[in-house]
Amino acid sequence: MPTTKQDFDAEALYRALLEQVRAGLADVPDAAIVGIHSGGAWLAERLAGDLDLQSRLGFIDVSFYRDDYARKGLHPDVKPTHIGFNVDGATILLVDDVLYTGRTTRAAINVLFDYGRPACIKLAALADRGGRELPVAPDFVGVTTTLEGAQLLSLARDASGQLSLTIEEDNADSAQ
Amino acid sequence: MKLHIKNGRLIDPANNIDRVTDLFVVDGKVAAIGDAPAGFTADTTIDAANRVVAPGLVDLSARLREPGYEYKATLESEMRAAVQGGVTSLVCPPDTDPVLDEPGLVEMLKHRARNLDLANVHPLGALTMGLKGQALTEMAELTEAGCIGFAQAEVPILDTNVLLRALQYAKTFGYTVWLRPQDAHIGRGGVAHSGPLASRLGLSGVPVMAETIALHTIFELVRSTGARVHLCRLSSAAGLELVRAAKKEGLPVTCDVGVHHLHMTDADIGFFDSNARLTPPLRSGRDRDAISAALLDGTIDAVCSDHTPVDDDEKLLPFAEASPGATGLELLLSLTLKWAEEQRGQDALPRALAMITSNAARTAGLPAGQLGVGAQADIVVFDPATRWKVEGAALASQGKHTPFLGFEVSGQVQATVVGGRIAFQR
Amino acid sequence: MPILHNNPQLNKNGELQHLLTIEGLPKAIINHILDTAQSFVGISDREVKKVPLMRGKSVFNLFFENSTRTRTTFEIASKRLSADVINLNIQASSTTKGESLLDTIDNLAAMHADMFVVRHAQSGAPYLIAKHLNDSGQKDIHVVNAGDGRHAHPTQGLLDMYTIRHYKQDFTNLRVAIVGDILHSRVARSDIHALTTLGVPEVRAIGPQTLLPGGLEHMGVRVFNDMDEGLKDVDVIIMLRLQNERMSGALLPSAQEYFKSYGLTPERLALAKPDAIVMHPGPMNRGVEIDSAVADGKQAVILPQVTFGIAVRMAVMSILAGGRA
Repeated sequence: MPTTKQDFDAEALYRALLEQVRAGLADVPDAAIVGIHSGGAWLAERLAGDLDLQSRLGFIDVSFYRDDYARKGLHPDVKPTHIGFNVDGATILLVDDVLYTGRTTRAAINVLFDYGRPACIKLAALADRGGRELPVAPDFVGVTTTLEGAQLLSLARDASGQLSLTIEEDNADSAQ
Repeated sequence: MKLHIKNGRLIDPANNIDRVTDLFVVDGKVAAIGDAPAGFTADTTIDAANRVVAPGLVDLSARLREPGYEYKATLESEMRAAVQGGVTSLVCPPDTDPVLDEPGLVEMLKHRARNLDLANVHPLGALTMGLKGQALTEMAELTEAGCIGFAQAEVPILDTNVLLRALQYAKTFGYTVWLRPQDAHIGRGGVAHSGPLASRLGLSGVPVMAETIALHTIFELVRSTGARVHLCRLSSAAGLELVRAAKKEGLPVTCDVGVHHLHMTDADIGFFDSNARLTPPLRSGRDRDAISAALLDGTIDAVCSDHTPVDDDEKLLPFAEASPGATGLELLLSLTLKWAEEQRGQDALPRALAMITSNAARTAGLPAGQLGVGAQADIVVFDPATRWKVEGAALASQGKHTPFLGFEVSGQVQATVVGGRIAFQR
Repeated sequence: MPILHNNPQLNKNGELQHLLTIEGLPKAIINHILDTAQSFVGISDREVKKVPLMRGKSVFNLFFENSTRTRTTFEIASKRLSADVINLNIQASSTTKGESLLDTIDNLAAMHADMFVVRHAQSGAPYLIAKHLNDSGQKDIHVVNAGDGRHAHPTQGLLDMYTIRHYKQDFTNLRVAIVGDILHSRVARSDIHALTTLGVPEVRAIGPQTLLPGGLEHMGVRVFNDMDEGLKDVDVIIMLRLQNERMSGALLPSAQEYFKSYGLTPERLALAKPDAIVMHPGPMNRGVEIDSAVADGKQAVILPQVTFGIAVRMAVMSILAGGRA
């Protein structure tokens, strides 16, 4: 049974992340931003708006590239993948909400490479909860923390667009 | 040989006997019922306590696959299956290879069967040479060789005039013609009962019309010739209605049904189970109910197994390509008993047994199927209560396919006596 | 007295293990397939038209009955899922030498096939194959029925439903007419089962008596011999192909006469709703069952059906090949 606990001020974390990204992409005027559904997509939308990069915005669903398909089958709710810019030669900021094992990032990179050959990919995450299983590291992160295996860290967005980040106890297999 | 069968429930429908009593056999014949004959000492005794003692079953259709189809089954295996099923007399159709249209072939078959000394085999001769529906066979010669009637098996005669001539000829000598009522063209290529189920499954249908149109033709020819006709394997309510009317009219016709059709319908095809591929096809629930009613009111004269051994290679095929037929010699008793059990409110056991003993024998004109004093000692002793599972290992026949595969049925043969000799004992 | 039958297309947990027929498929599974297909539609627009879902898997196309177009769409669908495809035209190979169907299957299974896409001229053949694979312990090989005799063509039924959903959204207030040789049509049977399962209130069958099977009413269908009557106010018209063999089987006198009474002309189309869509499983016989003006007209959605067909087949194959959560 999930118990919610508002441990983080998601909006504050976002502002911190935004400043890091702004500084980090200062000398890349035509950077592209790609958000991983669903939380990463919300963040990407915000970043693109705040950095005035709406024309270089894309969204990815990694369902078809996950490495647990043989075990778990297809995810029931696949969202559309839309890359509205030319991936070849682009500097892409890949955005996810919570960085955990690193497998989602791996899948997202594979998706991008199916679209073309980027010049450079940087990774931004609102939270890094540790527990990496692949050699993946964020370039920009709002907060770094550690959680137990049975806990889930999830980003939510309310009707007004307000973000919230909460820890939940999870009974199901929470491997990312 | 002197045989004493004691303490059994003797059911002899022909002589109206149904009571617990003893039976005595001397020199291959029934010597006495109740008290031992004077000076009798048994060489062999069978204790039939809690068992039924009945006339050996008379099966009006069992394919032995010899000559010609020995890869499907042999005389040895099928005759063993017969006595294991309690069948002491059986009639085999002429669709062997070569067809039973020459006296020599019939003699050889009878000779082989006699040597095995198991059940009594009574062949049907072909009505036309090669079953081709053109030239008549030498019916008198074939009768002398041992044929008890003449048939076309599953092959309809295309030329009605030939059928007319064949019936006239048979009538001349008093032979019975056994015919499957099946139109040559309607339903040709059909594999299942024409109806909603076949439509859903995309299977070619055999309409009831194929049976009724053929029946109308046969009855007209019988009216004209006066020939005696036995109708093989009725399958539909409409067909049985026509038989009922024909009998009422006084036409010299009799009919039988296959034992699988007492129970199963087209729904039993399920997901294209080729074990349910039979000919005639399994029809609707309404037709099955009509068969049951026709058994009760005497429209149907006998039940047969229509034993047709089919090997695995011919059944493990898409439904329409599979060979039709099911194994039946070892199921005839159990499935007939099953029907009897399902007739609520009456002890249908004697009537059911009559269908596979005295009635069948009378229909075929055989001196069998009854146990009066002086009758041939063909006897079956069975336990109506023992249940057994229908599976390959339990069957002596090389035919292992039946829609009842995997089912548990009641009624197990304990001993079969043919001509006073124990041919099978469990 | 029913034999105990296990539906061979579902596993013990009620999940799809093979796709053999739409009949008996729960509505939830049908919707799941359609929803999944939706997510695959966009892939065809990408530069790299592939996703790696079935990478390293082998799909064997077993076509015992010839069909270049269906085989091609399955091949494209498999390749878009990154699977390896082997095409077997069985006419030309072992079964003509007398090898039984099941021996052929065993041989191919021994070559580590992951999926068989089977088209066969006999109704029920894919069931025999699926049952054999289940019974011989080869539970990881999935069977997709690409058309068996007159019985079923489930992927066509599903793509037809996808098409209808795309243009009409709500199944529960539609009138759908299926026109033509329903007697011999596995597409018609699959469409009928899908439409009734999805809650279409009125399914109509239109054709001459000789081309309509008995028992249609039992399947929930209203029968019409008069096409003008049958097309009144329908929202969807599914035209079936008329095959030449029907003329030689004494079922119809001629193609010209058929067109006169059952051809979809612009005049007949006008009897349906003004926004009615016209579908056809293909290939079309222009001037026999359908007038060119209609086939090329703005109400025809025949080409989109083909596009949707690839996404639907990708959905079916990836659902079957995936593990269980």
